[in-house]
Amino acid sequence: MTPPLFRTEAGGLVDRSRPLRFTFDGVAHEGFVGDTLASALLAAGVHRMSTSIRLGRPRGVLTAGWEEPDALVQVDEPFPEVLPATTLELYEGLVAHSTAGQGRLSTQRDPARYDAMHLHCEVLVVGAGPAGLAAARDAAGRGDRVVLVDDQPQVGGSLLGTGATVAGVPGGQWAEGVRAELEAMPDVRVLTRTTVLGHYDDNYLVALERRTCHLGADAPDHVSRERVWRIRAGRVVHATGAHERLLGCVGNDLPGVLLVGAARSYALRYGVLVGRRAVVMTADDAAYDAVVDLVAAGLQVAAVVDTRPGGAAPHRVARVAELGVDVRAAYGVVGVRTPVDLDLGHTGSFVAGVRIAPIEHGDVVGAATDVDADVLLLSGGWTPALSLWSHAGGTLVWDADRSAHLPGVCRQRVEVVGAAAGQPTLVDLPADAETGAAATSWLVPGEDGARDEIVVDRARDVTVGDLVRATGAGLRSLEHVKRYTTAGTGSDQGRTVGMLVAEVVAGQPDGAAIGSLPPTAARPPYVPVSFAALAGRDRGVRSDPVRVTSMQDWHVEHGAVFEDVGQWKRPWFFPRDGEEMDAAVLRESHAARTGVAFMDASTLGKIELQGADAGMFLDLLYTNLMSSLAVGSVRYGVMCRPDGMVFDDGTVLRLAQDRWLVTTTTGNAAAVLDWMEEWLQTEWPHLRVRATSVTEQWATIALVGPGSRGVLAVLSPDLAVAAEDFPFMTWRDTEVAGLPARVARISFSGELAYELHVAWWHGRALIDAVVAAGASAGITAYGTETMHVLRAEKGYPIVGQDTDGTVTPQDLGMSWIVSKKKADFIGKRSFARADTARPDRRQLVGLLPADGTTRLVEGGQVVAMAELPAPPVPMLGHVTSSYDSAALGRPFALALVAGGRARIGDRLFVTDQAFQTVPVQVVDPVLVDPEGARRDG
Amino acid sequence: MLLIPCPWCGPRDETEFHYGGAAHVAYPHDPAALSDAEWAKFLFFRDNPKGPFAERWSHSAGCRRWFNAVRNTATHQLLSVYLPGESQP
Repeated sequence: MTPPLFRTEAGGLVDRSRPLRFTFDGVAHEGFVGDTLASALLAAGVHRMSTSIRLGRPRGVLTAGWEEPDALVQVDEPFPEVLPATTLELYEGLVAHSTAGQGRLSTQRDPARYDAMHLHCEVLVVGAGPAGLAAARDAAGRGDRVVLVDDQPQVGGSLLGTGATVAGVPGGQWAEGVRAELEAMPDVRVLTRTTVLGHYDDNYLVALERRTCHLGADAPDHVSRERVWRIRAGRVVHATGAHERLLGCVGNDLPGVLLVGAARSYALRYGVLVGRRAVVMTADDAAYDAVVDLVAAGLQVAAVVDTRPGGAAPHRVARVAELGVDVRAAYGVVGVRTPVDLDLGHTGSFVAGVRIAPIEHGDVVGAATDVDADVLLLSGGWTPALSLWSHAGGTLVWDADRSAHLPGVCRQRVEVVGAAAGQPTLVDLPADAETGAAATSWLVPGEDGARDEIVVDRARDVTVGDLVRATGAGLRSLEHVKRYTTAGTGSDQGRTVGMLVAEVVAGQPDGAAIGSLPPTAARPPYVPVSFAALAGRDRGVRSDPVRVTSMQDWHVEHGAVFEDVGQWKRPWFFPRDGEEMDAAVLRESHAARTGVAFMDASTLGKIELQGADAGMFLDLLYTNLMSSLAVGSVRYGVMCRPDGMVFDDGTVLRLAQDRWLVTTTTGNAAAVLDWMEEWLQTEWPHLRVRATSVTEQWATIALVGPGSRGVLAVLSPDLAVAAEDFPFMTWRDTEVAGLPARVARISFSGELAYELHVAWWHGRALIDAVVAAGASAGITAYGTETMHVLRAEKGYPIVGQDTDGTVTPQDLGMSWIVSKKKADFIGKRSFARADTARPDRRQLVGLLPADGTTRLVEGGQVVAMAELPAPPVPMLGHVTSSYDSAALGRPFALALVAGGRARIGDRLFVTDQAFQTVPVQVVDPVLVDPEGARRDG
Repeated sequence: MLLIPCPWCGPRDETEFHYGGAAHVAYPHDPAALSDAEWAKFLFFRDNPKGPFAERWSHSAGCRRWFNAVRNTATHQLLSVYLPGESQP
């Protein structure tokens, strides 16, 4: 166990009575409850927490919060994840190691629970620092429902890491007092450990609460690990504070270089000194206040060098100088002396001394002197944290006096308060509030005047030289430079370095003034968020609704292998002992063509239309005439989009003069209902028609094969089943196995076939009855694959498989279904366009592999030549369906081929996955029973 | 996520709605009378203004009714909603 060398004797918010053991890079350490991994490691003198992603340089912790660019660590136990060490609350038994710039995703299933909640409030306050607490208290005092969100475990914001007082009360104590006041109110909710990820339109915000992450292995199983809050607020207050800026100098990326405010947080909040003896380089007055706190906490500060020509306000300089600190204006850090070679496995600070020199207009103008120090602290001033403001659509306005972008206007009801708005803070200030000039430069050259090697974005290893190359390539906008160099694209979103990047870009020849460069857009999420948290409970079986038919139990009992069709689980095939899919499908399709077979067709989309004008409406929807259909009859139809492309197909049953049942493809049922409603509501509201989905009101079995009539006769003894009594494309209301049923003579296989429809809750009874009635005839259950083979053998296309939104009915060889008589229907006008009449349109044809044995690859490209020429290869089309056929005794395929019908009889070629070609013969797509002799059995 | 004021149901989350493109693009009274260019204009050509835009929405996970809205495409602000068949306010 390494003793915590850098822990102060007392002070801080950590609970020294509750030690926690953890392991980092294989070394055992001890910290306290209230530590982050970063603070506990710094207490042990460990600075190095990662290796940079591109340059391979050792990197340490820069900040004390979510803006951390570098200290990404890999947690190994209890669950693998990658987080900045500055945000990882320490827990007992944590095992982590440093990363080489990026971590590794877990290969284990995340065992934790995640969930989501919705919240509505009048006022949402983001940030529980002094400004946020005050805003929340004001709103709550007016009786509003208030939600206050903060990413830290305690409220207080900046008060936690500074020695500030509010109205004479120590900051942390004041904050807890306000929290207690707020929590005593009935309509106020305070969410800590909660980060707002995004601020969207109409004041909709998404926040992530880390509920049990800080408990490690002790996290209770029944509590969700993280919770997503979806919040709709009437008004939002951004009290998001500010981020301290990095300064550019040689060595500013070494372990042992931190921001001044971070060092103060570690000292005052965690009771940890980041070193023994510091040099501070600043371009801002606030760092002087931090130095006072740091010296009081026990850190020796050797020198404060201020890059501004005039330095800080005299009262600040005097106060720091009184503490024995050497304060120099117009000075900068021009080099860092390291104790060891950078490639050694050193874990402590890489700072052994700091070289400082006078600077003027960004150049070194005098000899450098060496100052012994083991830590270098930097402050380039503060950037208001306005990411959420930008998410919300707020504009930014450059304030030259403060060298910062401040909030402008926002179309939403949002206001920004506190440091985020550049407003004076609530905390008690020294009597003399005068400050020195705002920084205008954040970059100090090396001792030799060189700048190119200086690291600007530590997260992405982007140097000044990289930025100069981008501007040299002609890029001027910060957005373009960001994309070219990746500066600002790390998980920290470059929060600490935006101004430094802007300075380098602005500083190039013909560069714009720094304030005239619009900053890069901030986009959600504000901090990295796991997919597990966003998915919440909606993962695994709950990721999408699963729809099953009322015959599902039978399918499971009979060993069905399922396939997903939209949200439906459909039996794909029913293997018998040890059967492979191909064998099962051949057996099933053979049974359907030679005996009797059945499938569960309940997923067929079903829509009932009622109303006096339903026939007229169907005439407008379908390409063929529907209104002439007799009650008791069935007609097949195709519907197109206005552009003439096939949208769906199915059958239409006329149930009564003013009642119709429309069936759709399984996947398109909802789309067809939407389609109908859209036309009825928006174009033809005068039509008296109502459309209702009845897909889940009717359970359906397709009974198929030459033996199907015999089975139906057993099931429905009162039904006249002879071909002349019950002709093709008619339906009858009857009883099947004693169940009220509608039986339709419809075939999707070319065989004699029936669709048996019963009430959904009778589905299981129906399937049991069908199996029992067909047992003596050897009835065979089949799945969707056999259904596909049977229909493809007949050249029946599947919408969405053999069509893709660019295919007309004529392309499918179905000119017969496009009415010439009707004045209009949706799509009709498009069939008169030159494009739909092109002879080289892709048309549906059959393909027979020449060798009689090769099954073509679906999606394989159809080409004219056996040897593929150099690309681009002229493509004639592609294979849309390909199967082995029991009826044909060979494989076959359907394909869309340019000018395909004129090529029937030709030899073409189809590519396979190895880019070899397979010779094929182009044939008519109807390969089985082209005369249609089998449909009457 | 927008808060869309359905004219029948009141303000509801955007996820309950389905977008329907430009409003006031009526299906031609007699498509056969149109030239190819006029028909193509109906099929394929839509305005894409920056600023107020009349468009159609369907409250597909709510009352399932269509309505029209004027939305500022630059800010997503919904300026007004009105019923199908009504003219743009």
